[in-house]
Amino acid sequence: MTGNDKASSPPTVAERSSSAAIAVDHLVKVYKQTRAVDDISFSLPRGSITGLLGGNGAGKTTTIAMIMGLVLPTSGRVQVLGHRMPEESASVLGRMNFESPYVDMPMRLTVRQNLTIFGKLYAVKNLAGRIARLADDLDLTEFIDRANGKLSAGQKTRVALAKALINQPELLLLDEPTASLDPDTADWVRAHLERYRKENNATILLASHNMLEVERLCDRVIIMKRGRIEDDDTPEAIMARYNRTTLEEVFLDVARGRVNGEKEAAR
Amino acid sequence: MSEISLHRGISMQRIGAMILRYWYLLMSSWPRLLELLYWPALQVITWGFLQLYIAQNANFFARAGGTLIGAVILWDILFRGQLGFSISFLEEMWARNLGNLMMSPLRPIEFLLSLMIMSLIRLAIGVIPMTLLALFLFHFNVYSLGLPLIAFFCNLIFTSWSVGIFVSGLVLRNGLGAESIVWTLMFAIMPLACIYYPVSVLPAWLQVVAWVLPPTYVFEGMRALLIENTFRTDLMLEALAINAGLLVASFGAFLALLRSARKNGSLLSAGE
Repeated sequence: MTGNDKASSPPTVAERSSSAAIAVDHLVKVYKQTRAVDDISFSLPRGSITGLLGGNGAGKTTTIAMIMGLVLPTSGRVQVLGHRMPEESASVLGRMNFESPYVDMPMRLTVRQNLTIFGKLYAVKNLAGRIARLADDLDLTEFIDRANGKLSAGQKTRVALAKALINQPELLLLDEPTASLDPDTADWVRAHLERYRKENNATILLASHNMLEVERLCDRVIIMKRGRIEDDDTPEAIMARYNRTTLEEVFLDVARGRVNGEKEAAR
Repeated sequence: MSEISLHRGISMQRIGAMILRYWYLLMSSWPRLLELLYWPALQVITWGFLQLYIAQNANFFARAGGTLIGAVILWDILFRGQLGFSISFLEEMWARNLGNLMMSPLRPIEFLLSLMIMSLIRLAIGVIPMTLLALFLFHFNVYSLGLPLIAFFCNLIFTSWSVGIFVSGLVLRNGLGAESIVWTLMFAIMPLACIYYPVSVLPAWLQVVAWVLPPTYVFEGMRALLIENTFRTDLMLEALAINAGLLVASFGAFLALLRSARKNGSLLSAGE
């Protein structure tokens, strides 16, 4: 169950799956000898922003990839917006989108050309208007007719975000959305994500190493370690449980196997 | 791209979007355009002069005017057709854009159809000037073959797509480390397809293998047309039947390799 569920009686799996934006049930992924994701379960209510935390190799990217249908689970089940992944992905891929450092936009194409192509793939209505709106919102106008390969890292990130928002997704999966950005641009991107969530009641799942970002954006945090869920609650509750004042300290405690406060008592 | 939802409708808009993507790329890069023209032109000039030389010194080739240069043009349709398909696919790997496409509503069948259409466009850019060169330099008019040329072209392009689909699946599954297969696989069938010589030249047991390949029927058919003025409909129909089987098999293999890529996570790290 999630840390945010406050219902008096716990919902059944079917109820939870149909109402949740994402429902992950006993998910396992084994690559040859490596157990990348080890029996994790969680569900994310619609309209929430959840941070997926963990060190390198914790299983965050594999988890997100299984939610997107890019990787098949060894066992377990994933439902996205009420549809099983990857079996029913055709019903849901047009309603979600993602941004990841593992993919790029074609470098020789201009920003406008890239957004036009992805807009057509997602069957966006009034595409020219949507691109103009995104260019305005994300400050792309100045370089919208420049090749993607000639943009700075910050500009590329904003373009990737524009691509991720082109279809006004109900569900947005973000893997390190502000990595390699200067603090000003990163802050600007976070503000935009917050606004997008509020205006569209969108669900956002965000993998990040930036603890300040997670504290600011997320109303829930799932901490992973060696493929398992180490903790799952609101940022405030987790910090209180570890007897820490920042998520960064909690992250270090988890990464180094230190135990504190209530966590220590529980063990 | 969901491989499970093939029964759903095919979207012309998504196919159009992918063609637009490759068209933008071609138009933004003159080396890519030049490369399309360069090799076919070089081929036809080299083989055209060889044909001229042989024709002046051998009665048979004088009689069979155009078999060499015709074979070169048809071989180029086969080879460039596959390359046109596979290079468009590789562009996605090189650009690290495959994840974006896989996560979009684009379906595998739509992706493959767009690659097929792109192979035709790339082929037209490279081969039409090549045929004009053959006409003006060597007075060989490939279009004078008439309707049989359509049968030859269709059979060759179907084979090139089958090979293109299969090797794209291999690259999808194994990453760019398998890229060399794209450039070399077609050459493996070259000796057996009997492009420049009749099937009867091969040992009997190899002839059996050669007749499994649809291009063999096309090149035999071309020689029958140019040397004996006979259009062998039977050869074209047999080639078409084998091609239908090959296309289905290659598409099945592509889906199986895509599933395997999802299973081992290679779509996430589509590098070497």
